[in-house]
Amino acid sequence: MDWMTQNLPYLLAGISVGGQYALIAIGYTMVYGILRLINFAHGDIFMVAGLIMVYSTTIMPIYLAIPLMIVLTVLLGFVVERVAYKPLRSAPRMSIMISAIGVSYLLQNLALYVTGGLSQQYPAIPWISDTIQVFGATTKRVTVITPVLTILLVIGLVLLIKHTKIGMAMRAASRDFETSQLMGIKINSVISTTFIIGSFLAAIGSLLFFTNYTGVTPTVGAMPGLKAFVAAVFGGIGSIPGAVIGAFIIGICENIIKGLGWTTFSDAFTFALLIVILLVKPTGLFGEKATDKV
Amino acid sequence: MSSKTKTMWNVGLIGGLLLLLFVLEQVIPSSSMFFTVLKKGAIYALVAVSMNLLNGFTGLFSLGQAGFMLVGAYTYAILTIPVESRHSVYQYFDGGIIQFALPVPVALIAGGIAAAIFAYLIGLPVLRLKSDYLAIATLGFAEIIRAVFQWDKLGPITNGSNLLRNFPSFKSVLYPFVVAGICIALIVLLINSTYGRAFKAIRDDEIAAEAMGINLAHHKRLAFVISSFFAGISGGLLAMYQTSIQASMFKSAMTYEILLIVVIGGIGSVTGSCISSFLFIACSEWWLRFLDNENLYIGGFHVPLLRPGFRKVVFAVIIMLMVLFYRRGIMGDKEFSLEAIRNFFRRKFGKGKEAKGGASHE
Repeated sequence: MDWMTQNLPYLLAGISVGGQYALIAIGYTMVYGILRLINFAHGDIFMVAGLIMVYSTTIMPIYLAIPLMIVLTVLLGFVVERVAYKPLRSAPRMSIMISAIGVSYLLQNLALYVTGGLSQQYPAIPWISDTIQVFGATTKRVTVITPVLTILLVIGLVLLIKHTKIGMAMRAASRDFETSQLMGIKINSVISTTFIIGSFLAAIGSLLFFTNYTGVTPTVGAMPGLKAFVAAVFGGIGSIPGAVIGAFIIGICENIIKGLGWTTFSDAFTFALLIVILLVKPTGLFGEKATDKV
Repeated sequence: MSSKTKTMWNVGLIGGLLLLLFVLEQVIPSSSMFFTVLKKGAIYALVAVSMNLLNGFTGLFSLGQAGFMLVGAYTYAILTIPVESRHSVYQYFDGGIIQFALPVPVALIAGGIAAAIFAYLIGLPVLRLKSDYLAIATLGFAEIIRAVFQWDKLGPITNGSNLLRNFPSFKSVLYPFVVAGICIALIVLLINSTYGRAFKAIRDDEIAAEAMGINLAHHKRLAFVISSFFAGISGGLLAMYQTSIQASMFKSAMTYEILLIVVIGGIGSVTGSCISSFLFIACSEWWLRFLDNENLYIGGFHVPLLRPGFRKVVFAVIIMLMVLFYRRGIMGDKEFSLEAIRNFFRRKFGKGKEAKGGASHE
């Protein structure tokens, strides 16, 4: 029981962080599934969502600030896709990836300009940032809410993809981009929808993430972004349940490593896991096998 | 032009450039921003060319450059800190376990070799991956290297996550120019050799290259190791330039900057990478400085929005515009050469005019 009470906080933190990574990872995996693009700017969209929340709560009550933050983040994701990725649709894949890096650079510098480089205090959100007791371990309520909310959102998303027309179009586009265009699918609206869903989930993720971490800096999004991408690769890129499971595994492992006193290596572990996965099973846990045609 | 006169011209041009730098250094005060840009620009030119060797000439999309620079910088710093100041640098680790100091050139080359060894080991598994998977795996390795170098247990060697300082640095702007120049010349020689042609063949079509008898694994590994060697040397130069280093400097953002330099210069152009690295550094450090000035008036009009940091926003917007609308970069995949300029002027003004680039440096 002693062992339990000692390690439970890390486990709880791991599950909570895993849920937050999962919400970001879905954005990566959906975009990669359709565009074959590592959207390096996704982590920065997540960071901007945090900043919008910081600034909007200074001028309006929190129940208005949250919907506003979500709407603005979704809008940002949409605009980024239209401005930076759409013109490059026929360009080589590397150009569009470089464009994503450019957007990430721009968003970080913009955040640096707005914040003046100072860490911004994330507002405490009533109820979810209250302290509670779980099996004798003290934690914030958000720790418990995150996994539940994540799983609910994922179920909703899977239903959307399985049973609606736009979901079917998404599945078709990720299976074969060109052919789906020939079949009359409006590829641009499908891609926009993908970015909107991804940004929406990133906005929710940022709400949960920053409630635990409180400080928003311009580069805070980079690391969770990369880790979420690793989670997406781990679970098999293009697969939503895979991304979620991958994210939970990474979140839990990372916090266990922190609990063992190896904090320096908690980031490195994620990448080591990535490399092992890429070498042993490049398609990830649930990925479809891709065949290269000559 | 015959190849001999061409070489003569190029040597003359480089000699003239170095002489010009030497003269400028006597005239302009050394604290001028001009020299900062030149020093940092030369170092970034070297690492950009080394990245171009991978991304532009071999077609391996690697994002590990910052990690290899870190290895080079640390090796250089660790090997050259004078014995008498080791105690103050390694204050938490009883002066560290290394109690000797090597001469600067040896340590720089050692930095390159250390980076190359890391690259060889990393290359064994990751070079089997393709395109964006390779990119993300090398990026991951760079992060792992950074974590390892910050590890407490290695403190007696790497000083943990504390600063390394007091190692020798350079004063004259000629130093980074000469070192980076020699390295870039070596890379150019490599690109023009049989190996270079094999690299380009791999870039253009792996399967066709393999059918022509090129050993893919061997050549990819070679390109990766050589590129990392030069990244390591530029890391050592960067350490000299900054006079103190810390592992947390070498984040993935650094790799992104180098990648943007390569893209702006033109993927597959050595001279393009050099030109764009100077432009990039000049813009980000010098020319746009006025945008950070809060009290800028143009004819009595107080320009809004200006405050520290605005420079970087404008700069990022410029880069985005370049990436979106000027995708081939400054040079495309062509090289800057006197001959091209001479031909250009011949076509424009008839036979009378001779090469302009050469004349100005005589």
